Amino acid sequence: MAMQKSPMVETSSISEPDAAGLETRDMMLNIGPAHPAMHGIIRIIAKLEGEQIEAADVEIGYLHRAFEKMSETVDYNGVVPYTDRLNYVSPLINNMGYCMAVEKLLGISVPERCHYVRVIMSEISRVSDHLTCVGATAMELGAFTVFLYMIKAREYLWELVEKVTGARLTVTYCRVGGVKADLPEGFAEACSEAFKETRKVLEESSALLTRNRIFADRMNDTGAISAEDAISFGITGPFLRATGATYDVRKDCPYAVYDQIPFEVPVGTRGDNMDRYLVRMEEMEQSMRIVETALEQIPGGPVLVNPETGRPIPAAEMVDLAKVGNIDAISGGCAVVGPTLEGSGRLYHPSIATDEKRAVFPAKEDTYGNIEGLMRQFKLVMHGHGVRPPNGEAYFPVEGANGELGFYVVSDGAGNAYRVRVRPPCFAIMSALSMLLEGEMIADMVPTFGSVNMIGGELDR
Amino acid sequence: MENALLESVANRFPDAGLASYTYRGDATVVLRRESLLEVARFLKEDSALQMNFLVDVTAVDYSAFGKGPAPAFFASSGVSVRPSPQIPESESWPGPPDDARFAVVYHFYSMTHKHRLRLVVPTPESTPEVDSLTSLWPGANWLEREVWDMFGIRFAGHPDLRRILMYEEFEGHALRKDYPVNKRQPLIGPHN
Repeated sequence: MAMQKSPMVETSSISEPDAAGLETRDMMLNIGPAHPAMHGIIRIIAKLEGEQIEAADVEIGYLHRAFEKMSETVDYNGVVPYTDRLNYVSPLINNMGYCMAVEKLLGISVPERCHYVRVIMSEISRVSDHLTCVGATAMELGAFTVFLYMIKAREYLWELVEKVTGARLTVTYCRVGGVKADLPEGFAEACSEAFKETRKVLEESSALLTRNRIFADRMNDTGAISAEDAISFGITGPFLRATGATYDVRKDCPYAVYDQIPFEVPVGTRGDNMDRYLVRMEEMEQSMRIVETALEQIPGGPVLVNPETGRPIPAAEMVDLAKVGNIDAISGGCAVVGPTLEGSGRLYHPSIATDEKRAVFPAKEDTYGNIEGLMRQFKLVMHGHGVRPPNGEAYFPVEGANGELGFYVVSDGAGNAYRVRVRPPCFAIMSALSMLLEGEMIADMVPTFGSVNMIGGELDR
Repeated sequence: MENALLESVANRFPDAGLASYTYRGDATVVLRRESLLEVARFLKEDSALQMNFLVDVTAVDYSAFGKGPAPAFFASSGVSVRPSPQIPESESWPGPPDDARFAVVYHFYSMTHKHRLRLVVPTPESTPEVDSLTSLWPGANWLEREVWDMFGIRFAGHPDLRRILMYEEFEGHALRKDYPVNKRQPLIGPHN
């Protein structure tokens, strides 16, 4: 099949000589795929007249890893690690979105405490995502200090994430029907400590940026988009809210427990880079407040009331005892597992996972300690078994750091999804990028592209 | 609320819809592809609906539906997972389109009325082509390019239907069910 050529490729032309007899020539500038300002890898082919961008063609796909195809080949829980690699700056939101889509398809709901845990973790991710975006944008405009400060703050948040999930980046924390393990002890204190540091950083960065003449001059009135245009391009998230539209999935289609937590949705008025920066700065504060409120409201689980633990037996020892049939020695025992799996025991299980046996792994004690638990584990991990939603389809949107992150899952009753579709929020923004760049100076491309917060993993999947 | 939505579409276009249903709270209309553009314009412009936001365009290749590999050892466990109290199981999913291999799936949202609607447009294998929505939503441009890239479904009236994630020399359409998951193709870049 003959493919249409890019309209951009052969348009470099020499115009007619003007009155003074000088001829001007359009220049094609190829920016990327490997360019320090192209976060990850995309390519912009810009047609320049002087320093002004006349037209721009945005080429994506350099980080395509066939997420959707791979999701069809593994079981439902096996997709969760792949979702980590979509928006790798806030993987917990991807985890949550995917799991909630499958739960919707299964028709199950998770306990309230689990909802709170997911909300807390995804808001922490949102802060770290915005920190990365604002920090990187500032760095590209010359404010390297701000970048270092913000990465420092992100470090505090990632320490929180590491405490809970055991990993910093590829967290794989959610499961269909629950989360991997409950929050560790002392998490609320660790949170307030990390937020204190983050707030300090935000204050410092704001002092360095918001009224900084150089920064403001480059951000004000560049990359502006109207609310109508933004909506017609399907743009969501901070990018849309900077234009004055108030759409936020957490407020407008509340999921999990967002309807029980008071928070504000900051909006801008002009839709330019400065507004997007300000919206993100305020959203970080709001996200931290959500976490603080959620930690106050979270229904009591064993974690916060100092667990009345059973007799602790190391998991490996429990397996050995179970293998030789010494069930008496382990009944009433509590498996001691790795620090990040601590909250996955029987004690914690009812508050972090639904009681649906066909979807959720049993507690460690049950897997090791009795035949029912072992069978249940076996049925869920064996190829061709696992979580098996009925025939059907479901779309579930959550508010990702960049906007509406939707998962559309189709099941044909098998142990693996028939089709998993992600609606990546920055795909829509990137499709509007060439319109945003047209008519701008080439130097304005840097803040505009920075405020898109393009995440290659999510854009190209 | 979902039912009122479905009714208003059905009343306005008695001939366009093949079916409409609500499954897991998602209102869905299955459409003939001839009437897609008309219905989409109605959804966008009707004051009672105001579906001004095209959330997503994607497609599903139903050619292997229900033909997955059998469970390794045991017979099928019957699959019926007990639904939660919030979501009644009375609604049943009508299944994939009867005689069409592909279904192009559109998700709409109304920022004003805060409701969602899904349009499903069955498309046969012999003529995989539907109308482009780029005239109504510029955001459809890239989404439709991706569907073309991954499924080989063409969009009539699309201004620039190129591949988007894969490179131009790539053969086949990767998300079709007959494209083997482990197939390799040499990466040949564009010549410019």
